[in-house]
Amino acid sequence: MNRNMKLASRILGTYAVIYVAYLYLPVLFLPLFSFNDSIYISFPLRGWTLKWYQVMLANEALHRALMNSLKVGITTALISTVLGILGARAVTRYRLPGQKPVVGVIMLPLVVPEIILAMALLILILRLGGSLGLVSIAAGHILICVPFAMVVLMSRFEGFDRSLEEASHDLGENSWWTFWRVTFPNVLPGIVASLLLTFTISFDEFIMAFFLGSTDPTLPVFMWNQLRFPKLLPGVLALGACILIASVFIVLLAEWFRRRNASDTQTGDMIIG
Amino acid sequence: MCIPILAMGLMSFWQQTGHMSFDMSGTLQNYVEALTRDMYRVLFLRSLGISGLTTLATVVMAFPLAYFIAFYVKRHKMVWIILVTLPFWTSYLLRVFAWKVILGYNGAVNSGLISLGVIGEPLTFLMYNPTAVVITLTHAWATVAILPIYVSLEKIDRSVLEAATDLGDSPFMRFFRVVLPLALPGILAASVLIFIPTVGDYVTPSLVGGSDGYMIANVIQFQFSRGSNWPSGAAISLTSMTIVAVLVAAFAWSARRLSGRN
Repeated sequence: MNRNMKLASRILGTYAVIYVAYLYLPVLFLPLFSFNDSIYISFPLRGWTLKWYQVMLANEALHRALMNSLKVGITTALISTVLGILGARAVTRYRLPGQKPVVGVIMLPLVVPEIILAMALLILILRLGGSLGLVSIAAGHILICVPFAMVVLMSRFEGFDRSLEEASHDLGENSWWTFWRVTFPNVLPGIVASLLLTFTISFDEFIMAFFLGSTDPTLPVFMWNQLRFPKLLPGVLALGACILIASVFIVLLAEWFRRRNASDTQTGDMIIG
Repeated sequence: MCIPILAMGLMSFWQQTGHMSFDMSGTLQNYVEALTRDMYRVLFLRSLGISGLTTLATVVMAFPLAYFIAFYVKRHKMVWIILVTLPFWTSYLLRVFAWKVILGYNGAVNSGLISLGVIGEPLTFLMYNPTAVVITLTHAWATVAILPIYVSLEKIDRSVLEAATDLGDSPFMRFFRVVLPLALPGILAASVLIFIPTVGDYVTPSLVGGSDGYMIANVIQFQFSRGSNWPSGAAISLTSMTIVAVLVAAFAWSARRLSGRN
């Protein structure tokens, strides 16, 4: 029995290592080829170079796209986190009639294919006489980011002891000051995590940005446009490598914030939703 | 959230008469076409087939890993969890593009094999077909499968397992009669979370699918752009949304029934 356990452990352990390698290897091809001194993305490697990074840094259109993505990302992160705070607070603190269906509708973007949402928004915006551009992209991003913000924040609000708020009321604080001085500091890690996650989602999002954007692209759409020209590919790889590193950094930061005090089971529940 | 979908629903009953002008008198023609034209049927079936395969492959591959983390990793569980979730947050476009780099005509696999002298000509069957789409999607969605399964395994009360052993179940029997049914909610959640977004995926079929690997999202996109038949695009969107919802509901219901009997 014990020997069986050990054998199973060894087999599963080997499998796990292979699996993780399988997760990471394809993505690592991008930085690998970004240092390759050849315009073709193929073996054998020709030698190391940093010139694709110089090409990337010199590209004006890329800078514009990056700024666009940052604008949209920051706007999305701020608005969807504020909406997430209001939603999470309403759901965890009060029992409102019709609450379940409302939460269901808010979570709907998680289970509707994104392209359908994008097209539905496109119809709505154009029928209402709106124009396409960074604002419409941000609107689409907020729609898909609010559920994520709410889930992250709900786990934080639920883990928070309500008697602290009651104590604050008993000690004579009004609701506004109670929220500001008691609730807010307690949920701050959740808020920071929500800001970082929604920013990352918006920054990486392609479908909405592609269909709801005008000729002024965000970074993923810019990359998409570059993919059609083989000559430009190495520059895209260099850019991709930088984006990968930046996303990993932001996500680790968000994880770190969210894990402070939040227990493991909440993490799991968040993912299942 | 509801308003855009309602607007889409409304438009699906119109007819396009010119550039951004519509006959709003209401017709079922778009739905009739969406359901009867052969091209749409092929694309619907192909999209469902590709996502079904992707879901199956992803869940089957993720299960042993989730099992390993839940039952065999004693310390540093969180390190493992972060390790497997991290790729999910990196750019989706880049993860898909990585497979184009790997499988392409001059890609890593072909050029690598040629420079090693294994093959003389690039292999053309690697890319621009449904298989390439399934491979790419399976990789891109791997993380989403692991977490729900891991959580459901982690929640299993260890004393239940001991009880099964004490009552004479072999480890093999115990796995099928105790562990698997208890892990079913996680497997279910993982399947739904992968199936729904992959049916409507646009990036992957466009980049690695080729014309044989086009999916329903490509035709939706076409109707809204060069095809310039928005009402038809709206009808196709809503039809696919409905089909997916019905399938998912049926799947969840039958899985519940199945586990209830066990």
